[in-house]
Amino acid sequence: MSAPHSHSHPAHTHEEPASFAFDAESEAQIARILARYPEGKQASGVIPLLYVAQKQMGRLTGSAWTPRIAMDTIAERLGMAPIRVYEVATFYFMFNTKPIGRFHLQVCGTTPCWLRGSDEVLRACKEHGHLKGYGDTSEDGLFTMTEVECLGGCVNAPILQVDDDYYEDMDYETTVTLLEALKRGERPTPGSMKGRQGSAPIGGPETVLDIPMVDAGKE
Amino acid sequence: MALSDKDRIFTNLYGLHPWNLKDARRRGSWDGTAGIIAKGRDWIIEEMKQSGLRGRGGAGFPTGMKWSFMPKSNPDGRPSYLVVNGDESEPGTCKDRDIIRNDPHLLIEGCLYAGVGMGAHAGYIYVRGEYYNEIQVLQAAIDECYEAGLLGKNAAGSGWDFDLYVHRGAGAYICGEETALIESLEGKKGMPRLKPPFPAAVGLYGCPTTVNNVETIAVVPAILKRGASWFSSFGRPKNVGTKIFCIQGHVNKPCNVEAEMSIPMRELIDRYAGGVRGGWDNLLAVIPGGSSTPLLPKHICDDVLMDFDALREHKSGLGTAGVIVMDKSTDIIKAIARLAHFYKHESCGQCTPCREGMGWQKRLMDRMVEGRAELAEIDVLESVTRQIEGHTICALADGGVWPVQGLIRHFRPLMEERIRDYHARKHGGAMPLAAE
Repeated sequence: MSAPHSHSHPAHTHEEPASFAFDAESEAQIARILARYPEGKQASGVIPLLYVAQKQMGRLTGSAWTPRIAMDTIAERLGMAPIRVYEVATFYFMFNTKPIGRFHLQVCGTTPCWLRGSDEVLRACKEHGHLKGYGDTSEDGLFTMTEVECLGGCVNAPILQVDDDYYEDMDYETTVTLLEALKRGERPTPGSMKGRQGSAPIGGPETVLDIPMVDAGKE
Repeated sequence: MALSDKDRIFTNLYGLHPWNLKDARRRGSWDGTAGIIAKGRDWIIEEMKQSGLRGRGGAGFPTGMKWSFMPKSNPDGRPSYLVVNGDESEPGTCKDRDIIRNDPHLLIEGCLYAGVGMGAHAGYIYVRGEYYNEIQVLQAAIDECYEAGLLGKNAAGSGWDFDLYVHRGAGAYICGEETALIESLEGKKGMPRLKPPFPAAVGLYGCPTTVNNVETIAVVPAILKRGASWFSSFGRPKNVGTKIFCIQGHVNKPCNVEAEMSIPMRELIDRYAGGVRGGWDNLLAVIPGGSSTPLLPKHICDDVLMDFDALREHKSGLGTAGVIVMDKSTDIIKAIARLAHFYKHESCGQCTPCREGMGWQKRLMDRMVEGRAELAEIDVLESVTRQIEGHTICALADGGVWPVQGLIRHFRPLMEERIRDYHARKHGGAMPLAAE
């Protein structure tokens, strides 16, 4: 099957599904989402619904992306012109408008991560994810690698985001270890790979150790 | 004297304790809430003004004054909205993330007071899309509050109805600009609006709206409970309070820490982040307040204070207090060129000087990294940044050119040396021009 409305460059062609419908799990999420916005302002739900669609694709097909027909479904649901959904889906960076690999490796290369060695994270992803560079998907369909801009975890740089999770304080070796675990079907616990407590300094927190606590009985 | 733990607002900054309501209450959250609200809207705004709190999102606008711009009544029936900016995307900034995931009740309780202070019965917290796990925590904390009667009808028994919602963004730095954020929340592309009208008159859904940063709102409960004078006792006049600093880059122990405003930069780095890698004398430069604030070379860092006014005197700024430390091993031209790449990537494309300028600047900076330029092009670059600055709807382009201006201001000899080296290697071959 080919894309029904394909205007894209041949290099970017891919199979668009012929149909899309939200499943029960997604519908439950949509009901909660749309309750947040005033009557008549349901267009506010466009980004959240794009996420719901992308997540559903990941759940059902193993590739978390947002096909055109899902955008059309959202447009109809929210009473928006399809073009309004397309422009939102392409303006923001977190919607994949073509299929991606099972795991989305998002390498932060902005200055704070670069200063702490993000080039080594990139090298490890290329070598052990079998990726030629940014935008590439490995032949086995396991990994897609994207360069992302500052992820907002800078005191734990460098950061490699895998799907929704931040892996922090990375270096070449820990990146290799992480990728090999993903290949085995494991999901290592996100967070610091150096064992840090959140954003506390390595070696343990030096502040907020002596905070006043209200009596536990008083509530 | 260093800030002591008893004066810290973010008592769970590192997540040493559970974030949930029960434990947050033990840390003092939701204590006496109805009593504070009973003091009234005017009292809240006056207390916020007296505290001297300046917005923590980067611009440093006085918070109490901002709230006072909201209409006192809504004769035309339009509701007022509180919108909290948790889009945290300024490179070097990761403080709101800790508040959202570890101290969400400080933020939620602050939203209720802010709602009363600005006459809003509903609020939206807009959080950047990448903070997926953090959003799960925040939503769960809000759900707890509804169950406990702290949000919704007669919130916390105060007589004030207040609803609070989380809205997830989708990866666009521009949505940290308040009107772009509002557009995004309405379901559109995040393109900034022309001002005026300002959001306090026409904001979300065309209604009066105030947008405040996460950290700004999260310190409100402490100010109202402990008093404006307690908050303003830290730091220098007009630069008061405590602040979360994100200390990163070439330091021995990168971390977030809450410290007093106006702390000397050197003390901040030495005391809390284990010092500069290789010692203070190995310092090259520091970007003091997130990527948009121009870098400062070591001789300024030696004794500069970390506050709005002190950093402005050196043509930089406190910004978001993301302190990016670079030691002498750093290719500082490349470090700034990477920021130029960031701003090119994040320009929304609405205004020509930004859309074209950020790309032009990036391309020229990439050549400066190699030295593949003419000496005169440094002046061309400086001149073009001046023509971009101030000629766009929002401040993204300003923030995009300031790092480059800072580089030229303090490291021009290095840029010239790079160009001369390149020419020497190429035996004086023909050079490309700035119009490339």
